[in-house]
Amino acid sequence: MKRLLAALLLLCGTALPETAGAETIVLASTTSLDNSGLLARILPGFTAKTGIEVKVVAQGTGQALATAAHGDADLVLVHDPDAEAAFIAAGDGINRVEIAWNDFLIVGPKDDPAKIAGQKDTLAALRAIAAAGAPFVSRGDNSGTHALERRLWKAANIDPTGKPWFRDIGGGMGAALNMAAATNAATLTDRGTWLSFGNRRDLVPLVEGDNRLINRYRVIELNPTKHPTAKLTAAHTLATWLASPEGQSAIGAYQISGEQLFHPGVVANP
Amino acid sequence: MDTILPIVGLSLAVSLTAAFLAALIGLPLAALLALTRFPGRRVLIIAINALLGLPPVVVGLILYILLSRSGPLGTLGWLFTPVAMVLAETILATPIVAALSHRALEQRWNAYGRVMQASGASRLRALPHLLLMSRRTVATAILGGFGRTISEVGAVLLVGGNIAGHTRTMTTTITLETSKGNLDLALALGMILIGISVGVSATVLAITGERS
Repeated sequence: MKRLLAALLLLCGTALPETAGAETIVLASTTSLDNSGLLARILPGFTAKTGIEVKVVAQGTGQALATAAHGDADLVLVHDPDAEAAFIAAGDGINRVEIAWNDFLIVGPKDDPAKIAGQKDTLAALRAIAAAGAPFVSRGDNSGTHALERRLWKAANIDPTGKPWFRDIGGGMGAALNMAAATNAATLTDRGTWLSFGNRRDLVPLVEGDNRLINRYRVIELNPTKHPTAKLTAAHTLATWLASPEGQSAIGAYQISGEQLFHPGVVANP
Repeated sequence: MDTILPIVGLSLAVSLTAAFLAALIGLPLAALLALTRFPGRRVLIIAINALLGLPPVVVGLILYILLSRSGPLGTLGWLFTPVAMVLAETILATPIVAALSHRALEQRWNAYGRVMQASGASRLRALPHLLLMSRRTVATAILGGFGRTISEVGAVLLVGGNIAGHTRTMTTTITLETSKGNLDLALALGMILIGISVGVSATVLAITGERS
């Protein structure tokens, strides 16, 4: 029995992230950056150069900011301008830097019941969806994508809440795309998740190329006065590297089946 | 494949450790409930049986709040580590081991207790014999605990964070791959998970002497 316990503890011990010597930081990031494979592609280069290991906790922007506000992350990488501003105003974050951008698009079934294919005006497309009562899947999870979707409905002067064609699923981007694919509904998705998504079935891009659909990813460091226990120096090293020419070219070089997922673009204090 | 093996390893390490700890806590508790009478015993039995339906996501949430750096146990630094996952799974598996073993031991004690005591055995001396007699039911109880820990996803996702290479288990990988639309890969991982579960059950039942 004792030997069994020892064996189990040993087994558990080998699985533990014991990283004496090497520094490890927790990056709370949006699912779109992680699920698209970008972080897994670029972070090993950063770790090789600096010796800092990065543990990525992929959550929706709302949850990622809350995780950092609780003190459970050392750096955030998210994409919701309003929530980011609130995070900084609350004294949790400093040094916001835009490090990458791409765009959102509305995808939906090929047969396009709302007749929005090729529409360049997102608001007109949303009005057409509402008028046709065409099924639409909403994230409903306080993520960056959900925040943009809410702003778009508001700008289109439509309150979709409770409408029979509007499905608030309270889930991640992948869950929303899976449901849209299974029920022939439209949904708003970021380009990175869409390009790396493997279960599209009849879904095709319907609305893209509108300026309202630009998707900006920003890194925010934690405020040392509010989060003294966070590993701020190592986090700053990563934030700086992401905005450096080396980090930027790594972001720009990432492709899936020949398509570039993220465009580098450093903007300090955007 | 070299990315799957550490995930399988972590899943097994976390769930076997948790099932073992659950047995370590649950079996003495079951013996106490079956062989002795003390005030509050009935309440404890009701509580343990009620905890069979303990929602994993609630356990995960409470542990998250406790282990968060801003929480009372934050200084331990356990959040987003396998230790937190073992803790969550142990909490979930212990009632299963305790409740099922309690029933088995109680039955044997009612049947043979008097005879054992008449031949001079104390309750403590009788316990090993009772456990030996009930070994298959007790093994099933521990397997029930293991089944919960290996298949659980809500709590490990919350307190582990599904960090690649650190806290990513079979179940959180299946959830992740499903969300990426890689349904075939998710299903294949699911089959591996079921296979592991079958393997562990077969091994344990063979050890306890299940006849074919």
